Amino acid sequence: MNKLLAWVDARFPLTAHWTAHLSEYYAPKNFNFWYFFGSLAMLVLVIQVVSGIFLTMHYKPDAELAFASVEYIMRDVEWGWLIRYIHSTGASAFFIVVYLHMFRGLMYGSYRGPRELIWIFGVLIFLVLMGEAFFGYLLPWGQMSFWGAQVIVNLFATVPFIGEELSILIRGDFVVSDATLNRFFAFHVIAFPLVLIGLVTVHILALHEVGSNNPDGVEIKKLKDEKGVPLDGIPFHPYYSVKDILGAVVFLIAFSAIVFFAPEMGGYFIEANNFIPADPLKTPEHIAPVWYFTPYYAVLRAVPPVLGSQFPGVAAMGLAVLIFFALPWLDKAKVKSIRYRGATYKWFLAAFVVSFIGLGWLGILPATPLYTWIARVLSVVYFAFFLLMPWYTDSSRVGKPNAKWFIVALVVPAIGVVLNAAQAKPLPYVTELLFFVHLACFVLMPMYLKGDQTKPEPQRVTDK
Amino acid sequence: MSDLNVDKSKRRFLVMASSAVGGVAAAGVAIPFVVSMMPSARALAAGAPVEVDLSKLEPGAILTVEWRGKPVWIVNRNKEMLDLLAKHEDKLSDPASDNSNQQPEYCKNPTRSIKPEYLIAVGICTHLGCSPTFRKEIGAADLGNDWPGGFFCPCHGSRFDLAARVFNGSPAPTNLVIPPHKYLSETKVLIGEDAKA
Repeated sequence: MNKLLAWVDARFPLTAHWTAHLSEYYAPKNFNFWYFFGSLAMLVLVIQVVSGIFLTMHYKPDAELAFASVEYIMRDVEWGWLIRYIHSTGASAFFIVVYLHMFRGLMYGSYRGPRELIWIFGVLIFLVLMGEAFFGYLLPWGQMSFWGAQVIVNLFATVPFIGEELSILIRGDFVVSDATLNRFFAFHVIAFPLVLIGLVTVHILALHEVGSNNPDGVEIKKLKDEKGVPLDGIPFHPYYSVKDILGAVVFLIAFSAIVFFAPEMGGYFIEANNFIPADPLKTPEHIAPVWYFTPYYAVLRAVPPVLGSQFPGVAAMGLAVLIFFALPWLDKAKVKSIRYRGATYKWFLAAFVVSFIGLGWLGILPATPLYTWIARVLSVVYFAFFLLMPWYTDSSRVGKPNAKWFIVALVVPAIGVVLNAAQAKPLPYVTELLFFVHLACFVLMPMYLKGDQTKPEPQRVTDK
Repeated sequence: MSDLNVDKSKRRFLVMASSAVGGVAAAGVAIPFVVSMMPSARALAAGAPVEVDLSKLEPGAILTVEWRGKPVWIVNRNKEMLDLLAKHEDKLSDPASDNSNQQPEYCKNPTRSIKPEYLIAVGICTHLGCSPTFRKEIGAADLGNDWPGGFFCPCHGSRFDLAARVFNGSPAPTNLVIPPHKYLSETKVLIGEDAKA
């Protein structure tokens, strides 16, 4: 056995890579619950690739045959229903895991230097994943597949000057048709998965170059013992491989429960209208994207057309995703982790989470004037988290919180009042309500700003 | 080979020149691949005109036909519907159909049609491409008691009247498209071709 290994090692760096990436790759010893989701995302990627390959064996990318071939998989292919439900549940699981993985990055400042490139590769993975999910959703060729694709492709048609041509280039036809289905199949099963796997590879290579962040935001490579091993590091294998297997087992229990007992998840994972074959002549009564797109869809709907063009809404939606790229340069704080940040950052992060979940919820519902107004306010909060970051994380301002909060408490309700007044039919009581919100922000300030000071970051990790 | 008497500027020129030529070649090769994604000859040919018989369309009823893969509505507007068209022009974005991209010249009139009773329009919302639903009941409960009858887009709530003109405050920026069409006889219409062509 050793001779075989030596033979291989002379021709391929097997042991060298095993050592560099697993047995002697040192990770901080204080990883917590939030550090499960990176490895879980890899697991879901494998689940999607494997189940996808087997679905491809029975699926037909043809507008005449696609819907029936999916039903054929569900009814006639041995275990076909299981493979399809694994794949459809996997899509939602992918986004749950990725959103939690990104939130971990926000909390512990994992996007901060020297990990900017890891973060950029990660945001690219997120973008490609959105494309992959969008292309895949057309393939069952149900009503929601068809009209969802129709709406999203038409978003590109709103781009000034080249939009119309661009949307025709994407569809390969003047409407969503067989040509569109055929190329979306090609993107979904080969082009985007290849890009995705490539990006995941560079994401991990960049991670292993600089090492993991951790809940304390401590750089473990700074302090090493005489052998050059980080004092706060433990080898990835076996310590974290075992930990991640535990995470995988718990995840798979939940995943199987959904696959077997609630694969449609009450219409959130697979929408009811998608059990009706695509009909280009009839739009379903209510179109909502799948849940993982709804926060961005709500931003799109929140922006009113400007000068007869829908493009500002589309641009805002695109910006809501692309702004993640800028995060490493927007954050000016001295410390990385939320554990050592002041109260201001925590409040902004909490507001961001509320806006993200709120927008996601509103994106599922039909638009009414009240919901549109709430979506506008939440969109402002969403962007405020990013755009005000250089200012509220600036250490020279921390410790002088009163003026800062007074301005925020004044500006945010004022934007709400303006947004309301700009509507065709302004909602009643909004101005009065926001006046009290402003007053509350000011009066309660001493309470919620208790401890708005950056605490010193420790040298060593604090968790035992 | 010694590095001592290398002409560095010549070497740099050769590297730049071959990179530039290689870049042009790569861009050239990309063209066929990108152009292959545009509508094929078959997709372009599928835009043939559609002939529709209107003799069985009752006043007040709608008929949907497919042209270029899109729904095309034909509404036989009764007198009451036609009378109501003039009464809400102040609530419309483009009551006089001034946007010339949305209809052929011969349909730039108050009813946006060749024959006043027949509305022929592409049933694709100018917002994001959903197909609005025909809501002819006047004062429908969910659309308000001033609803004059028309089309309501379920996706994002755009409203159009029975001349396919968009109401103010809708997400849709423009009126619905009136396709080129001509009458072959009293009751036969050809959708997709102008009279002059």
